[in-house]
Amino acid sequence: MEIARALEHNALWQLTRARTMGFLREPEAVFWVFVFPILLALALGIAFRTQKPQPLPVGVAAGTTAAVREALATAAELRVVPLASDAEAERALRNGTIVALVHGEAGASRVVYDPTRQENQLARMLIEDTLQRAAGREDPARIEAITRTQRGTRYIDFLLPGLIGMNLLGTGMWGVGFPIATARQQKLLKRYMATPMRRGEYLLSFLFARLLWLLLEVAALCLFGRLVFGIGMNGSWPAFISVVLAGALSFSALGLLVVSRAKTIEAVSGLMNVAMLPMWLLSGTFFASSRFPQVVQPFVQALPLTAVNNSLRALMNDGLGFAAVTPSLALLAAWGLVSFVVALRIFRWE
Amino acid sequence: MPDPGLAAMVSGTMTTQPGQTAAVACHGLAKRYGSVIAVNGLDLEVRRGECFGLLGPNGAGKTTTVEILEGLTKPDAGVVEVLGERWGQGDDRALRDRLGIQLQETRFYDKYSVRETIQLFRSFYRRGPTPDEVIRRVQLEEKRDAWVVKLSGGQKQRLSVACALVNDPDLLFLDEPTTGLDPQSRRQLWELIDDYRSGGGTILLTTHYMDEAERLCDRVAIVDHGRVIALGTPAELIATLGIEHVVEFSLDGGGSLEQPALEALPSVRRVRRETTGWALHVEAAHVAVPALLAAVESGGTGLASLTTHHATLEDLFVHLTGRTLRD
Repeated sequence: MEIARALEHNALWQLTRARTMGFLREPEAVFWVFVFPILLALALGIAFRTQKPQPLPVGVAAGTTAAVREALATAAELRVVPLASDAEAERALRNGTIVALVHGEAGASRVVYDPTRQENQLARMLIEDTLQRAAGREDPARIEAITRTQRGTRYIDFLLPGLIGMNLLGTGMWGVGFPIATARQQKLLKRYMATPMRRGEYLLSFLFARLLWLLLEVAALCLFGRLVFGIGMNGSWPAFISVVLAGALSFSALGLLVVSRAKTIEAVSGLMNVAMLPMWLLSGTFFASSRFPQVVQPFVQALPLTAVNNSLRALMNDGLGFAAVTPSLALLAAWGLVSFVVALRIFRWE
Repeated sequence: MPDPGLAAMVSGTMTTQPGQTAAVACHGLAKRYGSVIAVNGLDLEVRRGECFGLLGPNGAGKTTTVEILEGLTKPDAGVVEVLGERWGQGDDRALRDRLGIQLQETRFYDKYSVRETIQLFRSFYRRGPTPDEVIRRVQLEEKRDAWVVKLSGGQKQRLSVACALVNDPDLLFLDEPTTGLDPQSRRQLWELIDDYRSGGGTILLTTHYMDEAERLCDRVAIVDHGRVIALGTPAELIATLGIEHVVEFSLDGGGSLEQPALEALPSVRRVRRETTGWALHVEAAHVAVPALLAAVESGGTGLASLTTHHATLEDLFVHLTGRTLRD
């Protein structure tokens, strides 16, 4: 009772409460923060679920001997597609219903394929092997194949840490940017300035409110990953929490920087997109950022979301510890600190 | 540097009791935005315990003036003293703790209740009544737990005033508190202002409604183009017109009346052309009106409309500037 009464008159508590309620009473905001990432994870997890490799469809052109056709049919990794005419064969190659086309007779065959695609190259090698063996090739060395399925190598294993990172970015920046832009546009910020409210407490309330949702949104995604896809934490929990906190604070500071001067919500939306778009594209949420050319890698690696995504993967998938994420933590701290200091200097209170 | 002479500099009629500074005093206030001069050498003094009105049309510089006095806008020139303190030269937070400020066009959180909003504002101040007490004073008990978005315009305005009363302020600023409200909501707000005054508080309010100024204010400053063009009690100001009534009429039909003919009518002091007719400033309506009717009759024309009213601040404003307050 005493505590409740003290909190009633505590400005920081009241501001944090207003912040939190303002969020929880917006069904759309709750959807984007909690439901959307889970739906996304579910959809992508199902679409890219691990499947048994399907046999590669290989076209057999008209006029090819039965011996060749029968030889190819013995290979388990291939599926023979007979084609009646040259025109049909061309069409099948073009639209990808076959990955390679075989012509001719045993002893003198031709394979037509597109060498820029791995699947097609694989098909060519399998055709080569199959036809050579059918023609009587003896393999001099014996190679035993042992199969083992690795944990943490599925697409969803890669995706989930990226979704956590992307969510931290989105909620961190919008969670600060939108309410401040609204308050400024609706003259509420000015009204606050007319009271003895401390400016620091106003900004701090965003931080506190942010930490509360942060806990909930990261927990929701982690729990979902574990229950639905069996994704666990292979590395250090304290390191994970540190990365999540550093990421969230750094993105909030960036949000504060973006909103520090903007007068309207439209202006803030534009600036938000300018700040977030490069990270969505380059920071490796849906595919590895190492796919980008070497020239842009210094830029890609300097982005805070890249640091968050790489660190979360190192911890969750690769099972590494604090040491592996220390450089990323330092980078995030630098982003957060610089953004915050600059934002405070240029912030428009009226 | 203490400056007890400021209030004396500002006002020609010093009636403030010795030893007590004015609630608000400013001198030589100026503010421009780009090429627009919002405030142009404005002097004011608001005495403790009075309700002082800044009356003027939109764009006269009222809001800029009030926001300078509230410490929200920095003037380009001039001196401001509020409750004996100057902004930026002492403890601004301690001063804010004693002020109640209602701004034009503040929008509170849509999905926060009346009580939550008042509680939030209450938490910024050291002292003051409980939120429930404030809710009772502004008669929002029925809407206590309703979200702001569900309130009517008048209720929102009372909430806005409630947020300015959470600290039992010594001085209350109200910027166009009743603009856009229906008559009943206006009356409710006026009662609220009366209630605050009966507790000994000082009010500085702006309005472009002359009836509001006459109803609420002890003294009024008429502001135009960023300057005070008239100052006094509403009765004093109206008396400077030297007339009792204003007769407005418009003619119907072919004939016409010329200005010299109207000026020659008994008891008429001034004649002014209006958009659709004429306005006569008259000393006694019972003398002027029969004479006017006779003139209309002999001019071979008819009346489309005829109204008379007691002279108001609006008439004074029109007389001083040639424009109406709502122009």
